[in-house]
Amino acid sequence: MERLAQIIPFIPLAGFLLIGLSAGALSKKASAWIASGAILLAFFFTVPLFFHIQQTHAAIEVKLFDWIKTGPFDAGVAFLVDELSVLFMLVITGIGFLIHVFSIGYMKDDPGFRRYLSFLNFFIFFMLLLVMGNNLLVTFIGWEGVGLCSFMLIGFWYKEHANNEAAKKAFVMNRIGDLGFLIGIFIIYLYFGTLDFTKFLNVDSVTASGISAGMITILTLCLFIGATGKSAQIPLFTWLPDAMAGPTPVSALIHAATMVTAGIYLVARTNILFTMSPDTLQVIIWIGIATSLIASVIGIYQNDIKKVLAYSTVSQLGLMFVALGMGAYTAAVFHVITHAVFKALLFLGSGSVIHAMSGEQDIRKMGGLSKVLPVTHITFLIGTLAIAGIPPLAGFFSKDEILAAAFEGKIVVWLLAVAVSLMTAFYMFRLYFLTFKGTFRGTEKQKAHLHESPSNMSVPLIILAGLSIVAGWIGFPHALGTELGIHHGLAHFLEPVLGSHESHLSLSAELGLMGLITAMVIVVIWICYNRFVTKAHVPVSDENADISGFSGWAGKKFYVDELYDKIFLRPFNRIGVLFDQFIEHKLIDGIVRGIGQTVSWSGGRIRFIQTGNIGFYLLVFVLALALMLILISL
Amino acid sequence: MEIIPGITINHYLIVSAILFSIGALGVMMRRNAIIMFMCIELMLNAVNLLLVAFSKQWADTSAQVLVFFIMAVAAAEVAVGLAILMMIYRNARTTDTEVLNKLKW
Repeated sequence: MERLAQIIPFIPLAGFLLIGLSAGALSKKASAWIASGAILLAFFFTVPLFFHIQQTHAAIEVKLFDWIKTGPFDAGVAFLVDELSVLFMLVITGIGFLIHVFSIGYMKDDPGFRRYLSFLNFFIFFMLLLVMGNNLLVTFIGWEGVGLCSFMLIGFWYKEHANNEAAKKAFVMNRIGDLGFLIGIFIIYLYFGTLDFTKFLNVDSVTASGISAGMITILTLCLFIGATGKSAQIPLFTWLPDAMAGPTPVSALIHAATMVTAGIYLVARTNILFTMSPDTLQVIIWIGIATSLIASVIGIYQNDIKKVLAYSTVSQLGLMFVALGMGAYTAAVFHVITHAVFKALLFLGSGSVIHAMSGEQDIRKMGGLSKVLPVTHITFLIGTLAIAGIPPLAGFFSKDEILAAAFEGKIVVWLLAVAVSLMTAFYMFRLYFLTFKGTFRGTEKQKAHLHESPSNMSVPLIILAGLSIVAGWIGFPHALGTELGIHHGLAHFLEPVLGSHESHLSLSAELGLMGLITAMVIVVIWICYNRFVTKAHVPVSDENADISGFSGWAGKKFYVDELYDKIFLRPFNRIGVLFDQFIEHKLIDGIVRGIGQTVSWSGGRIRFIQTGNIGFYLLVFVLALALMLILISL
Repeated sequence: MEIIPGITINHYLIVSAILFSIGALGVMMRRNAIIMFMCIELMLNAVNLLLVAFSKQWADTSAQVLVFFIMAVAAAEVAVGLAILMMIYRNARTTDTEVLNKLKW
């Protein structure tokens, strides 16, 4: 088992090196096989690990080699495969594989096909490092690595300048978060003297380290800042919608299923520290719910199929943070898994739509696609139902668990979370109805080109749709499960790492909540149907859009980018200009030039002692020598 | 240890100091390049004399080896130096260092 754990991350790395270094010598077909084969192999190696851990509940620790070993500091390249990381590994390799297969069809005509596949494999390598690292340093390497791959893949079509801008934005925003993460790592080392998860992540070592409660709050806040960067929470969420500039399967893999959940993973991994700091948990709850609300409101007013999904991702991540803040770590991880499945499905489905529409992403120009894209239509519908939270699909169970935790914790947060869920249902069905129902609103040329995607694209969709239906059953709620004799498999599985979160809700209360929310979601879907199908309402085009009212504000994403531009970018540029003018040109250049000018000027004066008279030179020479000798003899 | 009875190491020191001073003053005060050249040779020989005297004093022959080196180098120097002076004279028709002061500032 140790052997398996050792090699899993290096299979995608080998794929990356093979494809990347072959420099086009491999045919497209061969690189496609290598890339997807590497991920499939990693998945096959992860499955026995999962069953092993499920049976023994013994975490596997493997150390590959010493990395930094100076004095008391010892960080090796070491992996930890426990209940939490093995679940993430399954999601990463499993969904990663399906997305690789989809990509092969989606990107087959792209000139950068091999570059694309090698980056994708490289990403999987870093993501596995992130979740498998046994100390914060290895996790940090993975953390930075996925950021790098995200940067390279957002700016994949680098000939469009806007894509490069989006990539840069994602990178810079992530760096801000990373600074928090780094400071968190430093504080942990300062107090615990180690970065190994197995050494500092238990209550005994925390009490033994003598760390104060205030310091734990600062430490966890620093880690949370890191998480807000990667998982696109307020105030660092604006990069994620822009990251949709990359190819659609990249959005599915990196910006929906895996990388953006790294923040959740980090908090869940260090949950012992977070549990000890109620203040940080409060911050997490409010940031999570605020992000979730804002993103879902913006999502309602977006007309780009991928932007809607991007805001939906931000909003769902916000809900996961709410769960984390409530101490319901299992619910958060559960939602990570189900969200990975159905959001990957939705993104790939949108990829299939975009593929059929010859690159068109505006839902106002789509419509009526259900007839020409039957497979995409059905799978997209399943994904939409899953995210809206219709039982018994995946989203229902995980979202219900988060809502139940919120209901127990804070009724205000619960109300807001319910609002988010209803808005989620609204914008997702708006997206679905506008895309697949009604009449086609695109150009004739696009209409002639419409076609269902090839099988290597539709099969991953079908598999993901199947998973979207069943994935929720791994976390069957107690309320329903006890009657039916099914227990909450996921909570039981994760208990050694995340602890147990006992629900104090009565059976009837829980059932009532479920019924209430489901009923409300169905009402929302009905409203949506009325508006977009029966009345065939289509959002107005950008030129005619009213930008004054609330919808205008939301359509413009509440001007958050413009706000950041005003408060951060402009003053920063202004300061930069000032520094350029005064520090750079006056001070630094002044010193450098001053030295040169002094030497030059004094040289011009002193050269006149060079008279050309040898006698004079010799006289000075002898006198100087005599002086030196006298000085020495003194 | 005295080679010639009655003449101690101090005598040698004084003679060589006088020789060296004459040489140094000559280099500094004369204007004819050939004379200056000869004065340099004088200074070298003052040093040679001193070296031989000390060699005897301390019964150490390595100083005498040094003297041979100095003589060989001086011979080579004379060959080069006189050749240069020859060329200077052919071009400038003089060896007066007051006149040869073009290389300045």
